[in-house]
Amino acid sequence: MTDMTITDFLFFVFAGLVLASALGVVTSKNPVHSVLFLVLTFFSCSALWLMLEAEFLAITLVLVYVGAVMVLFLFVVMMLDINVAKMREGFVSYLPVGGLFALALIAAMVWVVGPVGPEVMVTDALDKAVKHAADYSNTEALGEILYTDYVLAFEIAAVILLVAIVSAIALTLRKRPKTKYQTPGKQIKVKRNDRLKIIKMDAEVPK
Amino acid sequence: MIDSSVIGLTSYLTLAAILFAISVAGIFLNRKNIVVLLMCIELMLLAANINFVAFSHYLNDLSGQVFVFFILTVAAAEAAIGLAILVVLFRSHRTIDVEDLDALKG
Repeated sequence: MTDMTITDFLFFVFAGLVLASALGVVTSKNPVHSVLFLVLTFFSCSALWLMLEAEFLAITLVLVYVGAVMVLFLFVVMMLDINVAKMREGFVSYLPVGGLFALALIAAMVWVVGPVGPEVMVTDALDKAVKHAADYSNTEALGEILYTDYVLAFEIAAVILLVAIVSAIALTLRKRPKTKYQTPGKQIKVKRNDRLKIIKMDAEVPK
Repeated sequence: MIDSSVIGLTSYLTLAAILFAISVAGIFLNRKNIVVLLMCIELMLLAANINFVAFSHYLNDLSGQVFVFFILTVAAAEAAIGLAILVVLFRSHRTIDVEDLDALKG
């Protein structure tokens, strides 16, 4: 590790942060802490993506995930009255099984993709990374193929988001019997005669 | 763990593999708490996204990043609908314990 560059060092810092905060998500007692650890995971992951020259996705991850989805999670976690102690039942008894399974999974996957193990992937041959110039715009390049080659998929993604909005609202909207609503149709149909009545009467004369 | 001093594709793949394993372990450990289960699913999708971005960089092919874009879209939709279902569930049952959700006798 003598010729470790600053980028390598940063990779280890952010990779460590990703893994530590992911462990925090999984093990913390309070769901609110889990959400906050998840936010930290997304932040450090977006730093890693910046190092991979995926600037647009890195900022999207922060804006969309941390800014919208995680806030939604936080809202729901704080709104629901969760019995934390009851939720933690079985945590310790499942710890050996879960831990062993995770270790086996890590061993298997690292054996395939990692530096040891079979030569399934000759990663040196895969390395076609290009150092782009300083004025290279990742957003522009991404937009160029997103709106040409992938335009159909892009439209479908938009429809999926629309379905998500409609279903989320349809699921959670409820009519409360005590609240008063306006009915625009009835409002429009109202004639003057329904509301206003002109009465003929004598003028009041002061005595 | 990584014996070369230069960070390569392998390092990112290893990171994503460990992240995925952590989230699978999280599903084992928090199997009563639906909120944490949803968060573990988000972590899994993040691990997949790291792989996509790493391959996209090291193969110099932007298609991987486009795919991550779509995964983010679908994951956001999934989280929104999942949490909406959770809120409706809590309104009707006053609990989100997985053990209490046995109306279908599964």
